[in-house]
Amino acid sequence: MVPVLELRGITKRFPGVLANDHIDLIVQQGEIHALLGENGAGKTTLMNILYGLYNPDEGEIFVNGKKMDVHSPIDAIKAGVGMVHQHFMLVPVFTVTENVMLGEEFVKAGGILDREKAADKIRDISNTYNLDIDPDAYISDIPVGMQQRVEIIKLLFREANIIIMDEPTAVLTPQEVEELFKIMHTMIAEGKSIIFITHKLGEVIEIADRITVIRGGKVVGSTTPHEATLNDLAAMMVGRDVNLNVDKTISVPGEVVLAVDNIKVLDPTGTIAVDDISFEVRAGEVLGIAGVQGNGQTELVRAITGLLQPIDGEIRLLGENITRWSPRQITEKGSAHIPEDRQKDGLVLAFPIADNLVLNMYYLEPFSKSIWMDQKQILANGNRLVENFDIRTPNAMTPVSSLSGGNQQKVIVAREFSRPIKFLVASQPTRGLDVGSIEYIHERLMQKRDEGCAILLVSTELDEVMQLSDRIAVIYRGRILDILDAKSATKELVGLLMAGIIPTEEEKQKLVTNKKQILMT
Amino acid sequence: MEKTEEKKKNSIEIFWDEFSRSNFLVILLAIFTGIVLGGVLVAITTNEVYEAFRISFWSGLGTAFRTAWNTYVALFTGSVGDLGKIRAAFESGDGLTIRRAINPFFESLVQSTPYIFGGLAVALGFRAGLFNIGVEGQLFIGAVTGVWAGYAISGLPAFIHIPLAMFFGALGGALWGFVPGILKAKTGAHEVITTIMMNYIAFRLVDWLLKVPMHDPNEFTPKTPWIFETAKLPRFFDTPIRFHLGFFIALLMALLVYLLLFKTTWGFELRMVGSNPNAARYAGIKITTATVVAMVLSGALAGMAGANEVLGVNYRLLPAFSSGYGFDSIALALLGKTHPFGVVLSSLLFGFLRNGARSMQLTVGVPIDIVSILQALILAFIAAPAIIRTIYRLRESKTKEDLVSLRSWKG
Repeated sequence: MVPVLELRGITKRFPGVLANDHIDLIVQQGEIHALLGENGAGKTTLMNILYGLYNPDEGEIFVNGKKMDVHSPIDAIKAGVGMVHQHFMLVPVFTVTENVMLGEEFVKAGGILDREKAADKIRDISNTYNLDIDPDAYISDIPVGMQQRVEIIKLLFREANIIIMDEPTAVLTPQEVEELFKIMHTMIAEGKSIIFITHKLGEVIEIADRITVIRGGKVVGSTTPHEATLNDLAAMMVGRDVNLNVDKTISVPGEVVLAVDNIKVLDPTGTIAVDDISFEVRAGEVLGIAGVQGNGQTELVRAITGLLQPIDGEIRLLGENITRWSPRQITEKGSAHIPEDRQKDGLVLAFPIADNLVLNMYYLEPFSKSIWMDQKQILANGNRLVENFDIRTPNAMTPVSSLSGGNQQKVIVAREFSRPIKFLVASQPTRGLDVGSIEYIHERLMQKRDEGCAILLVSTELDEVMQLSDRIAVIYRGRILDILDAKSATKELVGLLMAGIIPTEEEKQKLVTNKKQILMT
Repeated sequence: MEKTEEKKKNSIEIFWDEFSRSNFLVILLAIFTGIVLGGVLVAITTNEVYEAFRISFWSGLGTAFRTAWNTYVALFTGSVGDLGKIRAAFESGDGLTIRRAINPFFESLVQSTPYIFGGLAVALGFRAGLFNIGVEGQLFIGAVTGVWAGYAISGLPAFIHIPLAMFFGALGGALWGFVPGILKAKTGAHEVITTIMMNYIAFRLVDWLLKVPMHDPNEFTPKTPWIFETAKLPRFFDTPIRFHLGFFIALLMALLVYLLLFKTTWGFELRMVGSNPNAARYAGIKITTATVVAMVLSGALAGMAGANEVLGVNYRLLPAFSSGYGFDSIALALLGKTHPFGVVLSSLLFGFLRNGARSMQLTVGVPIDIVSILQALILAFIAAPAIIRTIYRLRESKTKEDLVSLRSWKG
């Protein structure tokens, strides 16, 4: 059988970097082909070549056995290749129909848009693939999972046969992921082929028919979910053995370190983002906050770290009321903060690593004496932390902007862990990181916990919360729906709560007793 | 990702590699390209060139080249001096002749001095994320307070009177910078808007001050009285050389600004606020305080530019005494990559160009505006380094271009 897509010897060089090194890839019709690799492995470059955004330096692309020159996305779409981007390309104030039509408009006599005809076609597609989309709904009114399906419809509307999905699960709740996987199965049943880009191993095992692993711009192996285990895949991806399961000792909670009492916080637009939340974090335990992004986590963290004033309620750190304290006072009290957006809040990208490692300690001895900064001490500290925290860089004077995401995150972790701390807020500590860095940061967090630090972990990655936490609080629309003991919590139960559904006691019991061994991903 | 196999390179190749990626080379090439294009402009605006082209293509080209060359020779003699004349003057041994011959060079330094102060003012603001367009207004106010301290306070010895008058100049500018600073910190009013408005207030206020309260009764036109001898910045040579202590004060300020920005915790805070205010807040810095401090310091430096002119050059305040030093300072601060030492170098360039332009106009009749065009071309090339990199086929810089922070423009 002629493969629906074949890439032969694709090579792409960027100045100083070989992003794709003679990559061969064969996709058969009707298969879900997972492209697995760490960030920076070259997956996105390869797909951008296929989608016509880059021209390859070497190599050929064959669609249905026919050689194809792709110079722009228009060529790619003509050849039947479509891409669902990680960040959706939708106009929020347009309806589904209008968004789908954009660039491919049906026109009635006299140049008038034929919305009805397009809407009918969308309804057809929606029925065929069980997408459950209302063509007249406005994008701004529908949830993220459904917006993603609109993106898929856009491709089906243009009769794409090869569909590239770039990290499609990153923005979804566990339930939405399940639905997406069903849709993907329907699509291949209808004869479409899917290239599924991801770095999440569990999903690959669950959905892919064939798996190609890329590392350092090269294909390092091709396998199927039946042949490979999670650990095999992780090892292929990273190039060494990886410990996927966090070695978690039993926590020994001590005194209450952070107490949050009925706080209310407004977001910048003035609407209530955190609505009457209370919880405690004790020394030596991890309290995980699970929730879909945008349910008040950001504001909660900003309130606890002094970056945002709550309008009501009280926050106590080590027994002291810190509700009105400045960020610096809170830091000096022994609180550390790994911010959710490392580039926006956690680092000054233009500054060298050494300076970023003293970003909130520069005014203290030994880094400065009176007003004079002590560059020698700052550099010595930088070299020491670069070494201890395994930050991959030529030297400590390199600007942070030239580091990879994982190493940037290590700079923040190194800084926050290099001073005596009693409390840590870790917000999305591993977002966008590769497996190796995730493993490393998880180990460090656990180590801090065992040293008696109280940790508040905020993450939209359910697996991460389940793995690291001793207790799990689920946040939904600014409220905490429940705080569960991690030992008895299941992915299904937390997933339901994340979607805002509070199960009855009976259902809860059922979910808990049915608890399966959760596959750590 | 894997690096491509790097061949073994000798040290010269490695040096060229680094150098061709550096911004410094881009600046040099931008200046060079600006000068070449400026020459072309001179040629195509000169009638003789067209007449020569009517004779033959080659004579046209020759004339064009000669015209441009003569213009730049005039620019050079105007700003540095006529080398032949200097040699002859030294051979003659006559003091006045020598001083006349070497005067262009020192006059260029005199011209550069207010640029250094003004450029430092803009650069310091930039580093803290503030776009201080109000240097010109702060300079006017600094000149007023400086000249007042020069003529109204008497009976002081020079070593007290001079620093005091300079300090008054700085104080006036600082006050004029403080207002936009506090407005931004308290209300979020954008400093670009407020500093521009403060400029107009300063211009009209100075007009009025010169006409009424500070008017020298012995004069018909609006002028202040002369300052006391004890307030004058000492000159190092006899007439006609006006080179004075202000130049070295400016260099000292450049050193101080450098130390402040790069060696002290205050500078670290200012640069952090300028580079990433979110991270600065995260690190516990009060953005509002940093904003006000930066505007006050920036204004103080601008005020010293004004005081320098009245205490070192004019000895009194006249209307329109500044030929737009404050506005040129914005450009040259960018040219100097907002680094204090870069500012000194670009100020020297501007000073020499401005000074040379005058004699250029006198000797070859090329309008003084050509220098403005030259400055504009150089800046355009520096603002768009991609052009220079394309023309000269330079490699991309390793790190991202050290873009000047236009964060406050939401740029």
